[in-house]
Amino acid sequence: MIYFDNVSKIYPDGTVALEGVTFSVKQGEFLSIVGHSGAGKTTLMKLLLGEGDCTSGSVSFDSVDIQKVKMKDMPNLRRRIGVIFQDFRLLPNKTAYENVAFAMEIAGKTDEEIASDVPHVLELVDLSKKMWNFPRQLSGGELQRVAIARAIVNHPDLIIADEPTGNLDPINTYEIVQILKKINDLGTTVILTTHNKGVVEALGKRVITMDHGRVVRDDPNGKYAL
Amino acid sequence: MLWITIKRIIKAGFVNFWRNGSVSLSAVFVMVIALFMIGSTLLLTAFLGTALKDLTDKIDINIYVSATAPESSILDLQAKIEALPEVKAVTYISREQALETFRVRHENDHRIIQALDEVGSNPLTAVLTVKAKEPAQYEGIAKFLENKSSLAPDSLSIVSKVNYNDNKVAIERLSRIIDGVKKLGGIVTVVLVGISILITFNTIRLAIFIARDEISVMRLVGGSNEYIRGPFVVEGMIYGLVSGMLTIILFYPITYWLKTTTQGFYGGIDLLHYFVANFVQIFFIIILSGIVLGAVSSYLAVRKYLAMR
Repeated sequence: MIYFDNVSKIYPDGTVALEGVTFSVKQGEFLSIVGHSGAGKTTLMKLLLGEGDCTSGSVSFDSVDIQKVKMKDMPNLRRRIGVIFQDFRLLPNKTAYENVAFAMEIAGKTDEEIASDVPHVLELVDLSKKMWNFPRQLSGGELQRVAIARAIVNHPDLIIADEPTGNLDPINTYEIVQILKKINDLGTTVILTTHNKGVVEALGKRVITMDHGRVVRDDPNGKYAL
Repeated sequence: MLWITIKRIIKAGFVNFWRNGSVSLSAVFVMVIALFMIGSTLLLTAFLGTALKDLTDKIDINIYVSATAPESSILDLQAKIEALPEVKAVTYISREQALETFRVRHENDHRIIQALDEVGSNPLTAVLTVKAKEPAQYEGIAKFLENKSSLAPDSLSIVSKVNYNDNKVAIERLSRIIDGVKKLGGIVTVVLVGISILITFNTIRLAIFIARDEISVMRLVGGSNEYIRGPFVVEGMIYGLVSGMLTIILFYPITYWLKTTTQGFYGGIDLLHYFVANFVQIFFIIILSGIVLGAVSSYLAVRKYLAMR
């Protein structure tokens, strides 16, 4: 489903972010990518989302070379991927409901679909009671749950979670990981980047370890080895 | 589908305008100043134009015809002067009309009327009032009238006086002022309108700079360029609409306040009257410039963030 082929990324200032990265991800897989800050995890995710180009190599998603996707076709690609970030990245002037509804609006869903799906998804992440709150009125864990609801509401083929638990306490971290696991159990491919040892070990799924822009380990069943 | 999208974009524009209260308020305030500048330059140039036209209309040359001249020779002279290309119109005021106008003008002044009655016969002469197409052409016309060879000797003999030389200095000065004001007015309008556009554009650019993270989030979750840009353009249009309305409201007390000053200066027309008489036109110019300025500025400002890969 996803294929990184000998990908290198060198920023204009000469920083090497990725160097000869090659791996693939199968449909329905749960992949954790671990590594220190600056190991290149976030750069990998950005390339997958079409945010910037790689210096050499190619990144493909369902046999489509992302580097070759035209700017005007990019939104269609991104609608097939749900993204969750460490800093949540919700729209501050929209309520939890509207943030989730926004993702459906841009996907061209009807008002009826939005009215029925959004409350359902928010209930799934246990936020029914705070549907009409603005992001500033929610806690970190709640914000991340809104972000997850937004990411899954359009039934994407892939969920990218870039350090989703980085800003959360252990209880919220546990809950978020459980939600991601549930999403994966329902068949959606999930790529999670983290440097939380507990999270990786609790999952017991495939782990790729990165260091200085290279893949140093690809372990099929969950060990955090750094 | 298109209709749903448009509906959502418009709704999002209004909601953003309302929820970004403080940003909207500052943008509106700055735009009021910009639109006020545009409005007042347009209003003042238009008003000056009207006032100058009034003044220009007041300039003329009077040819006093000797009392003994037969009417046919006077009409003959009128036709000859009318034939000149520089002349716009020649009005003939007969001795009787002149007397009538004189009596009406001085009807409250008994001594003059009494004196007039004592004279018995009509002491006034017939007058030909000449209006040129341009103020600068009066001199040429006056020269022509002084040049005896250009008119038949008998026609000329009936002219007792041409008053151009009495008004010469005033007419020349006035035509210079009119020319100067027109040129300066044009330059000032262009400069001020340019400044206003820049101010508005930069204000909206700042407002959108504040929202740049939101734009990147919208792109990441798969928003198309049109869908992301739409609400910002609508918001810009609302800025323009609201500031346009406020500017119009602001104009009323200010023109009212300037009413007496302008009346004293120009005699007759005043700024308030001009504003009220041309209200519909001014209203549309200000509101439309606001909306267009807001929409175009937003469109351009968002473009920068959408162009990035």
